[in-house]
Amino acid sequence: MQSRSSSAEAATPDQLSAVDAVISRLATMRGACLPMMHAIQEELGFVPHEAIQRIADALNLSRADVHGVLTYYHDFRSVAPGCHVLKVCRAESCQAMGSDKLEDHLQQKYGVAMGETSADGEVTVEPIYCLGNCALSPAVMLDGKVQGRVSVERLDALLAKAKAAGGNS
Amino acid sequence: MSVTIFVPRDSAALSLGANEVADALVREAGSRQLDIQLVRNGSRGMLWLETMVEVATADGRIAYGPVTEDDVAGLFDAGLLNGGEHALRLGKTEELPWMKNQTRLTFARVGVTDPISLDDYSEHGGLAGLKKAVAMDPSAIVEAVVASGLRGRGGAGFPAGIKWRTVHGADADQKYVACNADEGDSGTFSDRMIMEGDPYLLLEGMAIAGLAVGATEGYIYLRSEYPDAHVVLTTAIQRARAAGWLGGDILGSGKAFDVHVRIGAGSYVCGEETAMLESLEGKRGIVRAKPPLPALEGLWGKPTVVNNVMTLAAVPFILDQGGEAYAAYGTGRSLGTLPYQLAGNIKQGGLVEVPLGVTIRELLYDFGGGSASGRPIRAIQVGGPLGAYLPESKFDTPADYESLAAAGGLLGHGGIVAFDDTVDMSKLARYAMEFCAIESCGKCTPCRIGSTRGVEVVDRLVEGKNRKKDEALLRDLCDTMTSASLCAMGGLTPLPVLSALDNFPEDFGKA
Repeated sequence: MQSRSSSAEAATPDQLSAVDAVISRLATMRGACLPMMHAIQEELGFVPHEAIQRIADALNLSRADVHGVLTYYHDFRSVAPGCHVLKVCRAESCQAMGSDKLEDHLQQKYGVAMGETSADGEVTVEPIYCLGNCALSPAVMLDGKVQGRVSVERLDALLAKAKAAGGNS
Repeated sequence: MSVTIFVPRDSAALSLGANEVADALVREAGSRQLDIQLVRNGSRGMLWLETMVEVATADGRIAYGPVTEDDVAGLFDAGLLNGGEHALRLGKTEELPWMKNQTRLTFARVGVTDPISLDDYSEHGGLAGLKKAVAMDPSAIVEAVVASGLRGRGGAGFPAGIKWRTVHGADADQKYVACNADEGDSGTFSDRMIMEGDPYLLLEGMAIAGLAVGATEGYIYLRSEYPDAHVVLTTAIQRARAAGWLGGDILGSGKAFDVHVRIGAGSYVCGEETAMLESLEGKRGIVRAKPPLPALEGLWGKPTVVNNVMTLAAVPFILDQGGEAYAAYGTGRSLGTLPYQLAGNIKQGGLVEVPLGVTIRELLYDFGGGSASGRPIRAIQVGGPLGAYLPESKFDTPADYESLAAAGGLLGHGGIVAFDDTVDMSKLARYAMEFCAIESCGKCTPCRIGSTRGVEVVDRLVEGKNRKKDEALLRDLCDTMTSASLCAMGGLTPLPVLSALDNFPEDFGKA
């Protein structure tokens, strides 16, 4: 399993009200734990620690149950990511087309390894295992958009364009 | 007169700038005061030609590709709207060798129609299966699927009709259809292409399954890595409900069936059916012990048909044309067609639907055109991260369930990943163990612990200090994982590891 940071900052009042809004919107849905976490992360970029108790209360689950779900799935973050999130595919098809070069390049040029955020807070790099774009490997997902045939040069261009465009949508 | 231009909305096309191409086409047509109608279709599956633009002419649809934003003005100069000559002009789409040599039953409409248009769907043969199914006795629907010989396309290959028969025969106040759209295997994207390119086909297949087994609710468990598919599916479900194709009274039959989409969260093992059910219920995706079978105690403890997208998408044809018509394709016990997916280091990557039994060599070279790098293809992996690595000497194996099993591999979801001769197979063996360690649900020890120990043993083996002992240890560990794991995650991880070792021993630091 991937290691995850346990250091969570306290959520702001705005973030907490966003959490509460999501929970009340989805409270009657069956099996709502994952949908709630997805919705919270879509709003905030991560699922704050305080959400655990609130989800548990709403769904009549234990905090341990909710914590278990949150930490089981690779998608969910407990801390806010950088302005841009870059997911680099590490699966076989992308390996066959040199995805390891992208990993090396990110480390060398941007000083950011898998699972890390760059020092300037601009980009978080996460591993992903298959984007279903295997005929156009190597593939990455930048801010939710899949990109195919990503060379080192194209990766630089994509990141530069994202930075120029500003924060994550 | 308005000319129709097709630009795919398939996420593979989008990943190479299809939206930008579409915008440029509209802009350029506007500035030239030309009247075009833009249709965002699915992809024809020639993904190496994306963005592939098609123009409807009196002479049929003419394809151009790969088109980038910068080519658009030049295409108009060359008379794009009349199918004019240009360096990127490929010819009539239907007559391209890639298209001509396929048998598209499941993918018949993909790339042809507007995926979210209800009219396109019904005008191109859609709903014919469901219309028959609403008038049929449920057990007759089940028997049609049994007669088709359709086997689970997700990987396990279990006869779909037999599974349906079990759910049909179960007595319960509520039953479910759960569609596994957690297409996590590297090298596979056929589920995605159906969901993005012909979503009503999947909904029709699910509705037929619901009618057959007496389920009124269906869930699609879609992986979070497919946001574009999510958008298309959500739109399609809304429109299908509004049109009465789904809901309380499907096609005016008085029978009910509705579909909901739930999104996964990046866990590979949730593609295993019981882990998927746990995840659908909002829990950690931990594998359940079987029995009880999901067919009897599945989603929320109720009898549940769990089928992969490709399985359900094959069903409308079977109901429309009859089980025997489907079973007329294929070979032995591998009946019907399979949408194969060519990936990795391949010149012409994409999707090819042909009858089961085509050889790997035909797929790799006749369709795929060899490697992308131009170097010899040294190894392939068939069937995702739990599939075997096969050498060139096995390329004449027919890609069907039985032949691949006899060759020491598995068909899985029909994805083939090619590697050229620069590949280091020991790295891939190590990766197989590493992937298992990352994705193991942790319930059983052979998988949870074995995978981590496996990475270490492969490392030591490659180091070569005590090769004989380490190889014996690795084989022993793999034996334990194969025999004692709860599901295919731990149980099949030894397949890529040992097939790499057996077929490519020279890569494992032979002393």
